[in-house]
Parts: sequence; C-alpha cells; structure tokens
Amino acid sequence: MPLFAAKAAAARTLGSLSRRSGRGGGTTLPGRALLRLAPDAIERMAARLPDGVALVSATNGKTTTAALAAALIQPDLAVCRNAAGANLTSGVASALVSRPAAARLGLFEVDEFALPEVAARIGPRAVLLGNLFRDQLDRYGELELIARRWREMVDRLPVTTTLVLCADDPLVAALGEGRENVVYVGLDDPSVALAGLPHAADSITCRRCGAALVYDAVYLGHLGAWRCGDCGTGRPPLTVAATEIRPRGLAGSSLRLDGRPATLALPGIYNAYNAAGAYALAVALGVAPETAADRIGGFRAPFGRFERIAAGDREAVLLLIKNPAGANEALRTLAPQITGGVVLLVLNDRIADGRDVSWIWDVDFEDVLPAARHVVCSGTRAADIALRCRYADVEPARLEVVVDPAAAFDRALALAEAGGTAYVLPTYTAMLELQRTATARGLVRPYWEERAP
Amino acid sequence: MITIVPVYPSLLSIYADRGNVRVLVQRAAWRGIAVRVEPLGLGETLDPARADLILIGGGQDRDQLLVADALRTQTSQLRAAVDDGASILAVCGGFQLLGHRYRGHHGDEMLGTGLVDLETIAGDTRLIGNVLVDCGEGRTMVGFENHAGRTFLGSDTRPLGSVVAGAGNNGADGLEGCRAPGIIGTYVHGPLLPKNPWIADELLARAVARRGGGALAPLDDALELQAAAGAARIARAERR
Repeated sequence: MPLFAAKAAAARTLGSLSRRSGRGGGTTLPGRALLRLAPDAIERMAARLPDGVALVSATNGKTTTAALAAALIQPDLAVCRNAAGANLTSGVASALVSRPAAARLGLFEVDEFALPEVAARIGPRAVLLGNLFRDQLDRYGELELIARRWREMVDRLPVTTTLVLCADDPLVAALGEGRENVVYVGLDDPSVALAGLPHAADSITCRRCGAALVYDAVYLGHLGAWRCGDCGTGRPPLTVAATEIRPRGLAGSSLRLDGRPATLALPGIYNAYNAAGAYALAVALGVAPETAADRIGGFRAPFGRFERIAAGDREAVLLLIKNPAGANEALRTLAPQITGGVVLLVLNDRIADGRDVSWIWDVDFEDVLPAARHVVCSGTRAADIALRCRYADVEPARLEVVVDPAAAFDRALALAEAGGTAYVLPTYTAMLELQRTATARGLVRPYWEERAP
Repeated sequence: MITIVPVYPSLLSIYADRGNVRVLVQRAAWRGIAVRVEPLGLGETLDPARADLILIGGGQDRDQLLVADALRTQTSQLRAAVDDGASILAVCGGFQLLGHRYRGHHGDEMLGTGLVDLETIAGDTRLIGNVLVDCGEGRTMVGFENHAGRTFLGSDTRPLGSVVAGAGNNGADGLEGCRAPGIIGTYVHGPLLPKNPWIADELLARAVARRGGGALAPLDDALELQAAAGAARIARAERR
C-alpha cells in the first residue's frame, strides 16, 4: 500500500473507532490525525474529486445553504460533504478522508476564519460567500478583519474559480471587484423590505469613500438594495434575483428564483437568502435551472436550525439564535406565535456560543417579547438574558429564571398547557443540550432530521 | 427632563453600547424621571447646555480615525458640558479617545480629545475575556473586555478600579478605566451598565441634580445583582 493511502486508512479507522466507542469526535478526529501524518492531505485528496470542490461560508446560514445546495446537486452528482459544525480545516480533511467512493464533487461549509486556508489548499471550483454579520467578536476579532482575510483569499483564487456572492451585503459584494466569473445573488421584492436599518446593522458606510450608505430596500440586518449617496458605488446588478417572496409563516415561503417558481419549507427571509445562494451555486455547478428550482421544494431544515418536537399533547418549536441579525430574524418569524405564547430563551457562553454575551443587547427583544404570556430564561448566562428581558419591558410576573436547560424545557412545556406550543430560542451549545434532553425524554420528531453526511 | 446623547451611534456601538442607553432610559422611566435621547451625528455640534449624559462607545477599527477626527472638533463642547455638570461615559474606543493619543505600531499617531491625561499604545495581541474590577467602597464592576490598545494613565489620573480578574487597561499595571470629575472611562463592556447599576445610578443622579432634581428612589436590583454575581464567578474561574 502506498504510504499516503496507509496514512489515510489509519485516520479512517481512528474515526470509526471513536464513533463506535461512543466518545464522539468522529467528525474531526480522523482529519486531525491525517493532517498530522500528512500535512498536504487535503490538497491530495481534493485533487482526486473529478468535479472539484465548492466551498460555502457566511456568518449566518452556511449550514443550511450548504445542505440545500447539496440537495439540489446530489441527484445528479455524488457529493462529499462535511458534518454540520465540523467546518474547520480538520472537519474538511475528515470529510475528504471518509468520502464515499462514488463522490465526484466536494461541497463543504467552512468557518469564516478557516476559509482562506481551506481555499488556498484546495483551489476550489466555486466559492459561495453569504453575509458577514457581527458574530462572536471575542473569538474572531472584528468584522473588518474577516473581510480583509476574505479579500486576500479572493485575490489568490484561480481566475477560473466561480464566485457566488451575496450582492445585498456591501462587504461581500465588494469581493467581486476585478474578477470574472462572479454570480451576484440578492433579493428584489419591496413587499418584504423592513421599514429601515435595524439597530444591529453592520457595514453601513461606503467601502470606497466612507460616506453613509443609502438603502432603497432593507431585507435583513444590513442586507438590501444599497448604494452610496456620495460616490455612486452600489449593489451590483443581480445575476440571480429572488423575487415575489410570499412568506407563509412557519410553513416557509414561495418565491421566484431567476423568474422560476420555487417553494421553500424553511421559514423567514434569511432562508430566502439561503435558497437563492444554494440555487445559484447549484446552477453554477451545472444543475439545470428549472431542476434546481424544482428541487428546493423537497428540502427540509438541517438538524437543529429549525425543529418542531412533539412532547405528548404539546409541542416545542426550536429556532437557533447566535447573533443579533439571526436572533432578530427568528423573532420576526415567530412574532405572531409569540404573542400570548410561551418563550424559552437559553443563553450559553461556551466557546462555540461566544464567551461575550453582550450581543443580546443588540437584539430587538422589545418589539416582540412584551407580548408573550410567559418568558423562561435558562443557560450558563440565564440571569443575563433575564436581565435583558427586564429592560425589554417583559413584566417581572411573566419572567422566570430556570438555570438548568432540561428543567427549563420541562417548565416551558408545562406553561404551554395542553395543545399549546413552547417557542424555544437557544444558542448553539444550548441547542445541543436541548436535543440531548429531547432524545433522553424519548420525544419523537415529526419532521425528518438530517443526518450528518 | 434629562437628555442622553449617544455620540456617533451608527459608528460607535459595536459592543452593544446601545444597551447602556436602554438601561439609563429605563432606570429613569421606572423612577418617573422624564428623559430624552438625542444622538449626536457626524458633523453635528454638541450643545453643552442641553446634553446631560454623553455616551461614547466603541467602534470597528477601520472607523476609528474617522471618529477621532470628528470627536476632536467637539473637544471644547465636551469640556464645557462636563464643567457645567454633565457627565461622559466612554467605553473601549471611546475610552481611548478621552486621552491624548493612540500610538500605532509604526510610530503613527491618532490624536484623541485629551480630556483626560492618558494615552494608548497599540499592542500585539487582543486582550479578550471576562473582567472583574474592584472599584473600592465595596463596589465591584463586571463585564467583558476586547481591546488591542494598552492604555496608560497619567500620574495624576485616577483609575476606575483595580483588576481582580482580566487584563484591564494594559494587562500590566492592574488598573482599569479612569475617573475624572464628570468623566468615567473603561474598557469594560457587556454592555457596562446592566450588570453595574450603581454606575448607571451615579450618572443619572448627577444628571438629575443638574436639572434641579433630588435623590434617586431605590429600585429592586435583585436580577442585576444576580447577573453580576454570575459574571464575577465566571471571570474569577477563567482568570487568565
């Protein structure tokens, strides 16, 4: 056996041993082991995928977008993917080392900070860059630093690489300057525009001249139809536009992509962005546009991003929150249900959540939470989120702190009463804890859960 | 009626600084004190007679020069406001701009307002994490810090407190923030005021007194203190 193949086989064995022993870690361990044995493993293995590799990154929505793009491509072309969350270099290496024999294309979601390294090693055929929001500044430094690293990365990409960029994000749109093969994706539907820029908005000055940006339509955070009032820079013309977006509450929405009708089973405007990005990437990778638009209807949310859990005669709806822009969108989606309803907020401050919890003060809880019948606060920072609710005008009598997430989950369901629903908004590690709780309680999930590939 | 003035909020609110505004507004409202919020935009001139509570937050690095240039044009107005009984709360980037200058890695200098005798030097690493500060008289301050600048106080400048856990002004001298008549500067966000309500009330009391009002009525701060105690525990546990 050639030396490299032996190293790869050893790494694979390590991964399956780790999974079988129930210790977890199977999603990144083989990659970490392999990279130690053979530092150039990623380059070598990626080169063996006949249809190349596509990378997906963004602050919000990369897991959903990558999973959706895979669902649009998979029927035509066997895809090798990384597990949700295993999106650092080691996770990509793990996915490559355990790739299905038939895999022709690599499709990886990559952490914003790890992206330049992964891209430099792989020389991707396509890169989809979604939004850049303020997220976990304690871990990643400021937005500007990521934008600069992405700029340097783009400058070094092969000229043949196709860039699929969210044109509605000024920082991301600027990455297309001076490049060929750029697909600009955005929304074009004033009926779903916000009244103005929310407080949490980032990137509101012109990259070129520093003047304030003007928005003809704001769709989400700082995403929208933007232009500079001074120097004339503006959102590039859209290659793929999402239009006629008709939200249908938690059931999802219907929309047109590039003029083609599509139905989307995921709620919220942010998922319209995810769908438009996934569609554009699939088309750039060779899927017929009509086929791609059709296939969107069959897709369900990746595990943990949006879930409904039946618990006896009541239900829990879980929506992940991890930063102001995402949390505002979750609240906007749930607002009609939250009125008179029961809400459980679980705020953890572990490394994967971000140690700095100040972001909760940039979420517009004021707009929605005072109308809730009851708000339960939980997690390692339960008192912090409760305090935030107090200053958002949630009446003290309707507010309670239950630090332990499992106990808080039970309490929220009890408050929901027979036939009712608890709306649960956890941060990332809190979501994992709640899933373990739900599994331990033997609660069934009426909707399918996506397995890590 | 007291007037709160967030300075350049579109550029200076990276660490949820608007939470500080929210806390001041609510703690005034709960006591029946009339309050208005009048942000100062770029290019506008501060009215020293009108502004009671001036909040200067932190921004993205790339906006800092723009902010510094704008803020320096307001130095005399800021000074006049403070001399007339107003207060300034400056956090992170705002704290640095209270000083004389920020010295970069290559000898480059960005001038501040010089309202307080202090200066900041660029560091090689960011100082990031939970912070616990002893402010004397049985008072503590908790929050989160995230800054590359190392700030050093002039010999006659008082710190806001001494670091129990975390880095503080520069990670070396054990000091955190600064205090001058009518001025508080600090690296601590989180944001600062929700979990440190005594600072919010000190600022409000001065503003109310300036407008002829009396002492502040006490509030039930059980939740504030619970959150502060939790944050203090976390800061002690991760002592760097």
